[in-house]
Amino acid sequence: MLLIDCPFCGAHAEIEFRYAGEADLARPSAAAGDGAWIEFLYFRRNPMGLHAERWRHTHGCGRFFNALRDTVSDRFVATYKPGEAPPAAAAAADHDR
Amino acid sequence: MADLASLRASAFDSQPPDSTALRIHALGPSLRLVLRAKAPATVAAGAAFGPALPEQACRAAENGMRAALWLGPDEWLLIASESESPALPAALERALAGKPHALVDVSHRDAGLEIAGPMAATALNAGCPLDLDPEAFPPGACARTLFAKCEITLWRRDAARFHVLFARSFAAYMSDYLDEVRRELAAAPEAG
Ligand SMILES: [Zn+2]
Repeated sequence: MLLIDCPFCGAHAEIEFRYAGEADLARPSAAAGDGAWIEFLYFRRNPMGLHAERWRHTHGCGRFFNALRDTVSDRFVATYKPGEAPPAAAAAADHDR
Repeated sequence: MADLASLRASAFDSQPPDSTALRIHALGPSLRLVLRAKAPATVAAGAAFGPALPEQACRAAENGMRAALWLGPDEWLLIASESESPALPAALERALAGKPHALVDVSHRDAGLEIAGPMAATALNAGCPLDLDPEAFPPGACARTLFAKCEITLWRRDAARFHVLFARSFAAYMSDYLDEVRRELAAAPEAG
């Protein structure tokens, strides 16, 4: 069983959660132009390795949060609340890759 | 070769065996309210309700027949006796007046079961992935989670007594699944 550590209510089984896409996508202004909007709407990083993602604890506390997940091993390196920066150690591991 | 004939159960056996180790019965109706709010509305709601709303994740607070279950960082399930409707919701609305909140009566949305006995946690774990060891999920703990394909709100009342709430349209699914669990546990009672 894969446990995901919800930053609001602790470690729970994976089936209680839903993936919700790449994290930290900033919505462009209405005047930003087609290029910026195409980038925002359609292009994703899809990395091999650490990926900042949004998850929702759908069948639990119901809250969205962010996770750093390794797309190769499926290991959750860190989870953190929306608006927070990823923990420094996890970000350093990201940099080392 | 194993004596399979004596172990055979018909696919159509309807009554699961009764057991003192696992007792399941329906919970009667009660007043249930979902409150979505942040401080200071949560403080006002707690003062009007009786038990203050628990701040700790996955914990319930009780006061007599009233209970407040933490469901999310800004979400609580308030349970009270059915006879408190409509006075209690009205009192809460008065206490919350002018403070941003959502108070929704869900009394008729859910059905409930009490699952009790020394095998209660084992039976629940047949469909629920939560760690129900008393260390991890002690009496007074509560959580929204899953029982097989049904979303449930699980509340541990005592070491061996749980309340399970779920949408009433899942009642047949839940009772069929729990009947299967009872047959399974009766066939292998030492599994727990
Ligand atoms: Zn959660």
